[in-house]
Amino acid sequence: MSQEDVLVGFAAIINEVAGVPIDDVQLDKAFVDDLDVDSLSMVEVVMAAEDKWGVKISDDDAKNMRTVGDAVAFINANS
Amino acid sequence: MSESVTLSSPTGAQYSQILSVGSYRPSNIVTNAEICTRIDSSDEWIRERSGITERRHASDSDTVVTMATAAANMAIARAGIDPSDIDMVLLATISHPYPTPSAAVEVSELIGARGAAAMDISAACAGFCYGVALANDMIRGGSAKYVVVVGVEKLTDIVNHTDRGTAFIFADGAGAAVIGPSDQPRIAPVVWGGDGSQLQAINMTASSVAFRDDPSLGYPTVTMAGQQVFRWAVTEMAKATKDALEAAGITAEQLDVFIPHQANNRITDALVRALALPESVVVARDIVTTGNTSAASIPLAMDRMLETGEAKSGDTALLIGFGAGLVYAAQVVKLP
Ligand SMILES: CC(C)(COP(=O)(O)OP(=O)(O)OC[C@H]1O[C@@H](n2cnc3c(N)ncnc32)[C@H](O)[C@@H]1OP(=O)(O)O)[C@@H](O)C(=O)NCCC(=O)NCCS
Repeated sequence: MSQEDVLVGFAAIINEVAGVPIDDVQLDKAFVDDLDVDSLSMVEVVMAAEDKWGVKISDDDAKNMRTVGDAVAFINANS
Repeated sequence: MSESVTLSSPTGAQYSQILSVGSYRPSNIVTNAEICTRIDSSDEWIRERSGITERRHASDSDTVVTMATAAANMAIARAGIDPSDIDMVLLATISHPYPTPSAAVEVSELIGARGAAAMDISAACAGFCYGVALANDMIRGGSAKYVVVVGVEKLTDIVNHTDRGTAFIFADGAGAAVIGPSDQPRIAPVVWGGDGSQLQAINMTASSVAFRDDPSLGYPTVTMAGQQVFRWAVTEMAKATKDALEAAGITAEQLDVFIPHQANNRITDALVRALALPESVVVARDIVTTGNTSAASIPLAMDRMLETGEAKSGDTALLIGFGAGLVYAAQVVKLP
């Protein structure tokens, strides 16, 4: 799976959960500071990502995902 | 010989229905600004994370019993039945300060229903839906004709007002319904359950016995693992709502109203998304000015929606209560 594919899928999830425009979801963007995706939205994003890619994302893993790039890299490495 | 002794078994009404609702909201309005004098938080954070702008806190003279009585009296008057016709008082609460006697039996006396059976239900925020399900089965089973179901909480007695995770959410109030026989199905089958592996998600800081033996523990208050509850609610409760629609034999398109427990607007948002509810379905948002009143939240929201005209009599409504246990119950009903 390419990084680009994961990013596209991930952007769709963030758009669905938090209403962030798809084009704004870029690798260097921080969830809280840039995209306004707060900790409760992150819970939903993580659950949707687990479903979509069959990965297990622990609470600690989730806490370490500050940017979209962190999440995409984690999914790529673990799915 | 004993084999030849046949016992009679009553049959009740074919169906049951919610005949009326009533409510009691304490007069004391508490803003987010006031909450923020006791916890490190902000109006903006509370609104964003929960939707709450203000809530009601009981005064010293408002007790679980007085609030429940006020809501029940309103529901009984609206149902147009005589209090002496009530066979059962079911009272859902987690904040009545006496293990015994029950709040329900005291309320039965105060509403003029002496002689009625009475008991409290401990199912936290699912309590009202548990009561509706039990009442439905009692009426159809022939053990009662009219049942008063009350959801009531004085959560401010068991909340730590300096705890950032709970002080802004929980509040006080009471809602009640009269349930009686019906010529048509107006309460669909309940979908309910529990998960005792998640006892710690919402529980008390100590038992009253532990506190008696060691007062340094502090008076027991509610603690909550907010994200664990959120995660469970948006996954498992989404499934339960779908199952309740299926049990009622209807689709989301056929719903008029959705009244989830007013736990947190963010949970409601997630459930609305998961159910793919059509725009036409009116969604309860009573939490905004009422806070999370646990067992009282669904009847309070129902009463408000009927009062404002957002919902009307005969509407098809999906109810779901969920909370500490963790436990839940959901059912589709016709509004009174
Ligand atoms: C309680 C709840 C709103 C907390 O939200 P959360 O996102 O889980 O909060 P967290 O504890 O993870 O904290 C997230 C951030 O907000 C901060 N925070 C926590 N409580 C806060 C408060 N009251 N005010 C301001 N900030 C707060 C934290 O310090 C943290 O900041 P940081 O990321 O800079 O460290 C949320 O978990 C919730 O509502 N869950 C469902 C509970 C519910 O409905 N229960 C009723 C069931 S009946």
